[in-house]
Amino acid sequence: MASKLNLKVTSFTDRKRKLKSQLIIGVLLFLALLACFPFLFISAYVISKGIGSLDWAFFTQLPKGPGETGGGMANAILGSGTMVLMCCLLGIPWGMAAGIYLSEYGEGKTARILRFATDLLTSVPSIVVGIFIYGLIVIYFGFSAHAGATALAVIMLPIVARSTEEILKLIPNHIREAGLALGIPRWKVILRILVPGCVGALVTGVMLAIARVAGETAPLLFTALGNQFFADSLSQPTASLPVQIYNFAKSGFPDLERQAWAGALILVLFVFVINFGTRAFIYYKKS
Amino acid sequence: MVTELVEKLFFTREISEEISLPLKKRDVHFGDKVFYYLLKGASWGIVFLLLAMVGLILKMSWPAFSTLGWTFFTSAEWNSWTQEFGVLSFIYGTVISSLLAVAFAVPVSVGVALFLNELAPSWLARPLGFLIEMLAAIPSIVYGLWGLFVLAPLLRTYVQPVLLDYFGWFPLFQGPPLGVGMLCAGVLLAIMITPTISAMTREVFKAIPVSHREAALGLGATRWEMLKLAVLKTGTSGIIGAVILGLGRALGETMAVTMVIGNKSEIHLSLFESGQTMASILANQYAEADSDLQLAALTAVGLTLFMVSLIINSIARFIVWKVEKGFKGGK
Repeated sequence: MASKLNLKVTSFTDRKRKLKSQLIIGVLLFLALLACFPFLFISAYVISKGIGSLDWAFFTQLPKGPGETGGGMANAILGSGTMVLMCCLLGIPWGMAAGIYLSEYGEGKTARILRFATDLLTSVPSIVVGIFIYGLIVIYFGFSAHAGATALAVIMLPIVARSTEEILKLIPNHIREAGLALGIPRWKVILRILVPGCVGALVTGVMLAIARVAGETAPLLFTALGNQFFADSLSQPTASLPVQIYNFAKSGFPDLERQAWAGALILVLFVFVINFGTRAFIYYKKS
Repeated sequence: MVTELVEKLFFTREISEEISLPLKKRDVHFGDKVFYYLLKGASWGIVFLLLAMVGLILKMSWPAFSTLGWTFFTSAEWNSWTQEFGVLSFIYGTVISSLLAVAFAVPVSVGVALFLNELAPSWLARPLGFLIEMLAAIPSIVYGLWGLFVLAPLLRTYVQPVLLDYFGWFPLFQGPPLGVGMLCAGVLLAIMITPTISAMTREVFKAIPVSHREAALGLGATRWEMLKLAVLKTGTSGIIGAVILGLGRALGETMAVTMVIGNKSEIHLSLFESGQTMASILANQYAEADSDLQLAALTAVGLTLFMVSLIINSIARFIVWKVEKGFKGGK
């Protein structure tokens, strides 16, 4: 009798527990869907707002003055492209060298310090990088593409370093040992065997870093500044896509706002193409 | 012949030294050394860069500290006419907007991490995880644009009037429903830091040994009880690390916040009011500072932001590192 009663009680609490579990799993599912929603919302909105303004003029003309209609962002697209390329020239070799060091020679306490410093540099607010470059370059040489590109390189550097390290670490040790056993010097083992072996993955990491840097606005605000026209040289204030979007967005003129959306679409497309591309590449490599 | 050589090499000391002498002259490891020091230089260069950053920014902001003294930290007045510069209102803005963001983002991020790691089948987890990771790839200027033209009007027309109607007696929800302001910045930041927190939390959950979960299920726990006991409780310190990392990201976020926070250097209790963060004042004024003192004061704001984010991020990395090491050791 008593045992029967007991059984009933447990089955009741059991059902309650199971119900609670189901409910909470439902809530978790809801949270996951909720977290996906902003991405779909934002990307759909940017595409629908920007696609209408992507015409030939947008890519080939200079911006018109406030209040006028038409014009484009040719100077900003060119400026962004130049600065990102320049930033790659500094950021990629330096970052890769640091990454290779961390992966191939990085052991013990000093390596931990280096890794920590690299992570910290990743998390420095990008606007602070802007101040640093302002004090380092802009004070002496004025606003320029050089300054902007250097600021971007400082942001790119730790990203490339860490991705290079992570990728090289995936290579099994016996490959290094095989190379060394053949009497090949270590630097040749690294540059001729290890790096070519994972060049695809390394490029992937670099592309993601470029995608990240291309959308940076804050470090360019007071290093490259911006320009209504094409810059004559690399030591002049230079327009960039993100800064131009920012300036247009707060201008209050509908036509400039329309172009800001188009600029945002270009940025978003660039970032998406790189991200989708690298995913596809990784997926293709795995299968 | 070969065996003879091997014998000579390894068993007779005199001969082996004789052989090694000419080798030493044309050092085969020269290239190795050059390569090694190049790489080492590159790697230490990052440390140097970080130190140079601190040093230079400290030097640039020194005039502000020497002129303004402690009032820089205790005053909320920021006025380039009267040359009064105090960082307090920006610290307030930064702290409140970031805390709001964390408060919104943490439940969602941890829920996402639990669902994707522990419950969802991989055909569902992969695309959902991808969509959330892609949030981190959107440039912050695009978030700002969207926040200014979409999120702020949404808040103004749908959310703020409701809050005013029901909670208008509460000091946090008073004032004009403008859309832009602290609340908008908080929501936007929450969206931006969700991928950071959920990615780190997922890493932490992944590091928890499967045996913990099996033990809980084996004892008759339901799935939720298993998650609570084996995953959430074990991973608590890791989750805290992830949250602090997200907080660090929110503190330093510039463009999106600048575009939606309203940019008024004042302290208001209400979340509907405009504010200013340390990052947004820099974005707004740095390029067009009127005086040297203002520039130095702005740099000092940057230094404060820099130090806060260094400390926050160090703590977060340390916790996450400790947690992951702990699990690896425990296996």
